Amino acid sequence: MIINHPLLGPRDAAEFVYKGDAALIHRPDGMAPDALEKFIDYGYLRDNPAGEHRELWFHEQGDRSWLVVTRNTLTHEITSVELARDVARREGRSK
Amino acid sequence: MTQKNRLQGGLIDRSRSYTFRFDGKTMTGHAGDTLASALLANGVRLMGRSFKYHRPRGPLTAGSEEPNAIVELREGARQEPNTRATTAELFDGLVARSQNRWPSLAFDALSVNDRLSSFFAAGFYYKTFMWPAAFWEKLYEPMIRRAAGLGSLSLQDDPDSYDKGFLHCDLLITGAGPAGLAAALTAGEAGLRVILADEDYVMGGRLNAETFSLGDMAGHDWAAQTVARLRSLPNVRVMPRTTVLGAFDHGIYGAVERVADHLAVPEAGKPRQILWRIYTKRSLLTAGALERPIAFENNDRPGIMLASALRAYANRWAATPAQRVAIFTNNDDGHRTAADLHAKGVKVAAVIDTRPGQPVSTDYEVLQGEIIDTAGRLGLTRITVRLAKGGTREIECGALGVSGGWNPNVSLTCHQRGRPVWEEGIAAFVPGGTLPDGMTVAGAAQGLFSTHAALTSGAEAAAQIATDLGHAATKPDLPQAEDAPVQITPFWHVTDAKRAWVDQQNDVTAKDVKLAHQENFVSVEHLKRYTTLGMATDQGKTSNMAGLAIMAEIAGKTIPEVGTTMFRPPYTPTAMGVLAGRSRGTDFRPVRKTPSHTWAEEQGAVFVEVGNWLRAQWFPRKGETTWRESVDREVLQTRKSVGICDVTTLGKIDVQGTDAAAFLNRIYCNGFAKLAVGRTRYGLMLREDGIAMDDGTAARLAEDHFVVTTTTANAVSVYRHMEFVRQCLFPDMDVQLISTTEAWAQFSVAGPNARKLLQKVVDPEFDLSNEGFPFMACGEITICGGLRARLFRISFSGELAYEIAVPTRYGDALIRRLMREGQEFDVVAYGTEALGVMRIEKGHAAGNELNGTTTALNLGMGRMVSQAKDSIGAVLSRREGLNEPVALKLVGFKPVDPTHKVPAGSHLMTKGAPVDAAHDQGYVTSACYSPNLGHHIAIGYLKSGDQRLGEIVRLVSPLTGFDHDVEVVSAHFVDPEGERLRA
Amino acid sequence: MHDLIALTPLGARDPRRDHHLGHSLIEVTDVALASVAARLGREADAAALVATVTGAEAPAPARATASAFWMGPDQWMVEAPFATHEDLARQITAQANGAASVTEQTDAWCRFDLKGDRLADIFERLCNADLRRFTGGKAVRTAIEHLGCFLICRSPTHVSVIGPRSSAGSLHHALLTAMKSAL
Repeated sequence: MIINHPLLGPRDAAEFVYKGDAALIHRPDGMAPDALEKFIDYGYLRDNPAGEHRELWFHEQGDRSWLVVTRNTLTHEITSVELARDVARREGRSK
Repeated sequence: MTQKNRLQGGLIDRSRSYTFRFDGKTMTGHAGDTLASALLANGVRLMGRSFKYHRPRGPLTAGSEEPNAIVELREGARQEPNTRATTAELFDGLVARSQNRWPSLAFDALSVNDRLSSFFAAGFYYKTFMWPAAFWEKLYEPMIRRAAGLGSLSLQDDPDSYDKGFLHCDLLITGAGPAGLAAALTAGEAGLRVILADEDYVMGGRLNAETFSLGDMAGHDWAAQTVARLRSLPNVRVMPRTTVLGAFDHGIYGAVERVADHLAVPEAGKPRQILWRIYTKRSLLTAGALERPIAFENNDRPGIMLASALRAYANRWAATPAQRVAIFTNNDDGHRTAADLHAKGVKVAAVIDTRPGQPVSTDYEVLQGEIIDTAGRLGLTRITVRLAKGGTREIECGALGVSGGWNPNVSLTCHQRGRPVWEEGIAAFVPGGTLPDGMTVAGAAQGLFSTHAALTSGAEAAAQIATDLGHAATKPDLPQAEDAPVQITPFWHVTDAKRAWVDQQNDVTAKDVKLAHQENFVSVEHLKRYTTLGMATDQGKTSNMAGLAIMAEIAGKTIPEVGTTMFRPPYTPTAMGVLAGRSRGTDFRPVRKTPSHTWAEEQGAVFVEVGNWLRAQWFPRKGETTWRESVDREVLQTRKSVGICDVTTLGKIDVQGTDAAAFLNRIYCNGFAKLAVGRTRYGLMLREDGIAMDDGTAARLAEDHFVVTTTTANAVSVYRHMEFVRQCLFPDMDVQLISTTEAWAQFSVAGPNARKLLQKVVDPEFDLSNEGFPFMACGEITICGGLRARLFRISFSGELAYEIAVPTRYGDALIRRLMREGQEFDVVAYGTEALGVMRIEKGHAAGNELNGTTTALNLGMGRMVSQAKDSIGAVLSRREGLNEPVALKLVGFKPVDPTHKVPAGSHLMTKGAPVDAAHDQGYVTSACYSPNLGHHIAIGYLKSGDQRLGEIVRLVSPLTGFDHDVEVVSAHFVDPEGERLRA
Repeated sequence: MHDLIALTPLGARDPRRDHHLGHSLIEVTDVALASVAARLGREADAAALVATVTGAEAPAPARATASAFWMGPDQWMVEAPFATHEDLARQITAQANGAASVTEQTDAWCRFDLKGDRLADIFERLCNADLRRFTGGKAVRTAIEHLGCFLICRSPTHVSVIGPRSSAGSLHHALLTAMKSAL
């Protein structure tokens, strides 16, 4: 596969390490009163869609960016690639 | 032997004669020959024995789709089984042997299988060798393998090398026939970066096998001229002898280039083959079409081949299997073969056409009818024809060309699950469904069979691709070429045949297909698996179509209703060697060497692989006969005086930024915010699920600067994890990370004399006294008169110990200096074994204990997990399931009988309780002989272990029969109060 | 001045030099390296720091200047002569004014320079970088025989390979083998 890195352009997927669902960005607050419940959801309850899936990939043999890659799990079509840091900020992970 | 069946003309170079041997017989051929064409020219039709029935077989085709002429090439270590004589390029001195026959090709003892064929029908193996189960491995399988083997392996190392490589292009064109050449010319002249790949060693495809003219030139001359033009374009890469094996995601293709298969031995330093990974923007498949046979009684005798192959041998290679031939066809193309052979002076005894109203000829007889039998034990001598007008006729001939029509070569279009669609007009499947990203198909591969259509469709497809990619394209001047329409009436098999071969490689007959259907294997994929139709080296390139047509006929369905089996990579058989590339033996993966490697080699160190690192395991001295002697000495001497160990391999990560401390507070389960500058702290990292991930130390060099260490094995994954936390979870923390593992050579200096030794190298302005540089201190210092260095007072051995780091280039000099300055203390170098012994003696956890199933609680560090902050893994580490009262706890063990070992991996059982999984009490993780205590010791996990000190438990290893009693003790065997390391 | 003798990444006193059919493979050990990573919110200041230190604008992604190359978002590697800048990281930190985290990287890497007319033929046997399209100033990080390496294209006939120091022997072996295979 080819991942179109937002800064470096098309790169071979072999340069990347896969982590999993991009929902992992939304780590719950560990100090919240319902933290245990939230973390069980976070750690274990994930969707496994046949179709479009947002995933985390790490450019290990490259610039060491974590990317959010939107990939169709049936066709491998990749429709969007963003720096995970940008996604995290946009989705409220700023302090 | 003379080349009695060599014809005039052809594209061979008669000025160059090659001598070769086949089954011990010496023959001659010419440059440009394949092994098959040279054998045919020498009068050899019999080239192999079939897989199951050991029937005599000759070549069916003149290309890579060959099912029959499978031979062993070369001798000695270069012996290569299962290669196709039809594609093996002849070279001087080539040695080839037929396969699957004993004692000789002409007399094969196992041809008795053929007589017993009624026992060997489809499904025979599944039905017969079922019981008893034990017989399968010991008796049936070896017996079947011997009887049904293909070639044999040399069992020696391959002396050749193979490369892997990467290519980039705008357009990959697969197949250099008329369509591919026209496309390459169009795209090349438009300025696209083009790769033109063809599996043949002469480009031109069918143009080299036909007699048509293109404009005023012979087809093969036009091909040669076009290839020369393409080679002159800097943006076109012409790759003959290159098979595109597969189409992968996003325009990536795999291809094998056979650089030196046509040479006796590759040039020095050069590979034999190269596996290319080709990145493309677009691709064009112009792989042509493959002719298909017709099944009839005894249609597999040597001399019976595809009509197009007969024509190719005559036109390109000036060879014929016999001087008197016949043709059996259901379409007009068969007649072209007859005309070409007649023109070459070969006697055409008859053309048998299944259709009424077939073309007529003044040069030879044309009959309407079907062939119902053939004769000739080791090669065709006669055919029997059932005439349409009634009656039969016997015709003497030494070769028969069979034409059942042409199948577009759709293989690569299916590699991303595209499914071909049936086109009635040509009675064949054409590319359909979802093609691989960016792929276009042109020419015969698309079902356009005339030369004119091939040229124009290739050029048009390339022009469109050029336009799509933003290049202006003009259609090149294409020559006038034949444009005959396809005239075919499908005809798959002659009915009432007892043994009409559909798949010659797997000995599958039309009857076997019927049997499969009768036994309810009605899906085409089931048919394939049950009968083995379409398996093995040729993957049914010539047989699949007839198989499913017969299936459709029996089932009363149409061919498209039955559908096709899936084509998968690789397109043709691929040597394991080229898939391995250079990654063989010691080059399998890179080696990492420590800064003291050269010095350790000089000391005669024994090395151990730790990941890719080579670390000194121990340093044998003269007179030491066992590793234990060396290790015991290293341990005792370190604890008595001072020892030095290279610990560079531990991961080092530079953590800087105003939020560095806050970041480490997230990463580690224990607190780091209050760590003072100039101090180091042990840290435990958890995975988010609460399981321990890694441990190490973090040294605070400045308010905003830490150096974190990881275990050797986890250096990469911990860095990745830290970047995940930084970029994905806390994107607005001011923290920056970079690995410095390799930047610093780091040595542990341990033992009561460690300080004294270091004082001899550390520059005097740095105070190393216990007060000035206490346990867990760290700092930047200089040594040996000004070299920048880092010093950490940390201890894995439990002794007074330091780790000292210098820029890696000085690591070798530093260990030499320390060893020299340490002579007065009898300093000793110790390896990973002694390191292991000392950490077990101290009960320190390492990889065996941090094994991906254990928690801080198990490690006896439950209280380290801070409740006062949010750190990775803290919440889930508090789960009920990980906090049961009987949780495993890390404890020590010593044998009740001090002569016993305490083997790691053994399980712990309560005395008197049954020994089974239900009563398992835990297991031993690390064990060693302790030279300080004089007996074996171990650490491991025991249920509620911390409350069972003093208990005697059983240590068992059902695998090895080990079963002895051990006493549960504290894991801290040596200096439990830690007085030494604070000294 | 200390009296410790430095070894090259290949473990010798002097850099290794190999030549094959008009191409050279030279071990380079006289360059100091330091990484410069911008502190949060100080990205522009960090780029300016790189510009001040190197005398050229901080390189864009996948680009290199004469004495710096891009490593990752807001992160650069600065190169300088070892003889005068052995302490490069400290020298840059002194000018950083808190805008960047600077880390000594000199000995984390080994460097081999390949020179010759047919470098693309060699590199296509080693890695997926499209060297035929490289012009001077291109810098990519990719894998060569499993080793994460920077390829710095100084010019189409001069490429530096900067790889992990501990694997210098394996990297050198791979480069030399590819030269002999491809040329």
